[in-house]
Amino acid sequence: MAEVMQAADGTPLKRSLARALRRQKLRALALIAPLLLFVLITFIVPIASMLFRSVENDIVANTLPYTVEALADWDATGTDLPPEQVYEAMFYDMFLASEAKRHTRLGTRLNYETTGMSSLFRQSGRNMDDIADLSYEPLEDLDDAWDDGETWYALFNTRGVSDATLLNDQRTRVARLSGTAADAEINFAPDAEVSALLPLAAREYTAWAVFVATQNNRDPAERDPWESVAPALVTDLQRADLSGYVGPAADMLRAAQQADLPVPDFAQEFGAMDEDWASLEPWQTIQTHSGTYTSGYFLNAIDAQKTPEGVAWQPEEKQILLTLFGRTIWMSLLITFSCIALGYPIAWLLANLPMRQANVLLILVLLPFWTSLLVRTSAWKVMLQQQGVINDVLVWIGLVADDGRLIMINNQFGTIVAMTHILLPFMILPMYSVMQTIPPSYLRAAKSLGATNWTAFWRVYFPQSVPGIGAGSILVFILSIGYYITPEIVGGTKGVFISNRIAFHISSSLNWGLAAALGTILLAAVLVLYWAYDKIVGIDNVKLG
Amino acid sequence: MGLPPYATLGQRIWYYSFRVICGLIFFFLVAPIVVVMPLSFNAQDFFTFTPEMLRLDPEGYSLKHYRDFFTNPQWQLALKNSLIIAPLATIISVTLGTLAAIGLSQSHVPFKGAIMAILISPMIVPLIISATGMFFFYAQLGNWMEGTLGLDKGFVGYVKVILAHAVLGIPFVIITVTATLVGFDRSLTRAAANMGAGPVTTFFRVQMPLILPGVISGGLFAFITSFDEVVVVLFVGSASQKTLPWQMFIGLREQISPTILAVATILVVISIALLTTVELLRRRSERLRGMSPG
Repeated sequence: MAEVMQAADGTPLKRSLARALRRQKLRALALIAPLLLFVLITFIVPIASMLFRSVENDIVANTLPYTVEALADWDATGTDLPPEQVYEAMFYDMFLASEAKRHTRLGTRLNYETTGMSSLFRQSGRNMDDIADLSYEPLEDLDDAWDDGETWYALFNTRGVSDATLLNDQRTRVARLSGTAADAEINFAPDAEVSALLPLAAREYTAWAVFVATQNNRDPAERDPWESVAPALVTDLQRADLSGYVGPAADMLRAAQQADLPVPDFAQEFGAMDEDWASLEPWQTIQTHSGTYTSGYFLNAIDAQKTPEGVAWQPEEKQILLTLFGRTIWMSLLITFSCIALGYPIAWLLANLPMRQANVLLILVLLPFWTSLLVRTSAWKVMLQQQGVINDVLVWIGLVADDGRLIMINNQFGTIVAMTHILLPFMILPMYSVMQTIPPSYLRAAKSLGATNWTAFWRVYFPQSVPGIGAGSILVFILSIGYYITPEIVGGTKGVFISNRIAFHISSSLNWGLAAALGTILLAAVLVLYWAYDKIVGIDNVKLG
Repeated sequence: MGLPPYATLGQRIWYYSFRVICGLIFFFLVAPIVVVMPLSFNAQDFFTFTPEMLRLDPEGYSLKHYRDFFTNPQWQLALKNSLIIAPLATIISVTLGTLAAIGLSQSHVPFKGAIMAILISPMIVPLIISATGMFFFYAQLGNWMEGTLGLDKGFVGYVKVILAHAVLGIPFVIITVTATLVGFDRSLTRAAANMGAGPVTTFFRVQMPLILPGVISGGLFAFITSFDEVVVVLFVGSASQKTLPWQMFIGLREQISPTILAVATILVVISIALLTTVELLRRRSERLRGMSPG
């Protein structure tokens, strides 16, 4: 039997080698780890957060939690308006949202889906106090003590057993609404007995107390609550059995119950405030888009939208994005073909000239490659303008009349010319490196066998240069579909790409969800193309200069 | 590929017209860049050649746009920011990138393909998408640094842009340094170790001098990436971090001033200098590694 091979220190050689290999792997990983972490945190995580943002939609449920809950059972495809309890829930949600100044954000979000929601929300937020006053004023007329914050505080604050669930729920509600933590210490806890007796009023008072304590840093014991507690209290009093209640303000509560104060008719008040609330549309929009995650932005990105009946196309006048995607692809193809047409002769010339001359000419290719993108773009602006160099030359040699100067900028022509120029080196360099490997003797052999110049080129040379064309084309196409700066400056309105639309939604319309969805689609397209590039050319073969 | 003496008339015509076509394409490549230079000496605030300029009248030329560039506080702020952001971003990408490239060039690296894909991804993803993702993420990061760490707003702005630019430059460092390491003779490090040098000494005294040309040209690529980058800085930075490309972009989009052409000329001169440096380094590196005399 053969003896086990041993290393110098006596351990079996196999184990010793395995250990050395493991150590080598660990050392390699330790060298890579800092950079990998850096790229993951500063690049991959941001991209992932963009992907997440394209489906994220918690703003509706965060701003209108009770409305979303109440609307769940409503049939949006029918002809009936939602029941009164939906309007009631909407009143309390909207009241808190407008105090937190978050209702306009939701309005803006819903306006992406249905035009008019933004102004509806902005205006309704202002009117919530008026509805609350319908109950608040009669209550105050009945007893001045209701106007005093201390009365309310004494009524709802705990006298031993507190309602921890209610407090936590309202902390969550305020935190989700305002987007900041609401777990600071509060000088208040809802009393369990009162919250069982007057659930709605206790809920609204607690929400107010949490809000002023955590968002405004005020002591709820020293402040007057919002008017929204009044309609809540009056609503509760219609059902409450006060017979066993002996706590604070017991007499005042009984008096208020006896007086049978009016509860606002929320549906009617909302309708009077803005007739849109008495129509189906806003409610359909809210219900359709109430999910925490939505495919809505992706549907918008391809000119569709979510409706109560399912997915449908956008109205005709809002359908622009598919056209824009089509234009981006079409113009990128045109740019790629122009680059092939202009790059092929140059690459051929470079590959067939003697080394010394080729190196000199290569500098002419590399110079634009190394020149700042902004410099090249401004150069094209100078060249293509109506008062620019090309027009001046054409007028000077008399090809064009002075009043008939060509419009070559702020249209598709400008974008295609400037981008062909900018991307041409990316086409020439891969073609050149492939053509360098084609032996010139093949062409001579073909000719000596009787082929004409054209046949020799087309049947012998061209097929061997196809890998270079493929590599260059994919590279140019990928770069051009994601281009932003050049189309923005020389493209006007007709010559812009999908990337300009993304930038528009980020910085002007602030529809970030749609921008993220458009970006995700573009990213997917680019990754598929790169996968193809890797299969055909190999990512490792990317050369720089 | 000269023209043989027995070429027919048609072949001669084709030969010369092909040269002319190529000449026109070269003209197309270089003309826009060359045209910018004389225009930047325009005495008028025009973007076109004035009659005085065409007559080569000295009256038609002036340095006023260069003067404007060196005295205008907006342009000076932009220049200062570019000179702060680009070198710092380059240092980060080169340090981390060189280490990782050395790690990647070892023979047994687990998940090499996946790691390479992640490290190269900033170059693959279109800038507008990187910028969109960074816009969302870096806003939160900035709020966190200002709120929780209590850092100064201006400082946080620079940190955000520098980090963003550093990550964009990393693929270039990785590609150039790994390419240099392919030709690196591993027996040199073994020889150094054999003679008693520790890994650190070996790295700085043996490996680093040999791969230095690759590291420097990777660094130059990273520098130019940051120096020329506008989309990400537009999205991530604020007006106090505006760089030269930002100022040029704003100028081109809104009020178009010929100072842009002066800046463009300066940048072209810089890029010619960089191009020459990289080419010289490449030749030196090949000579050092004994690949070809260049």
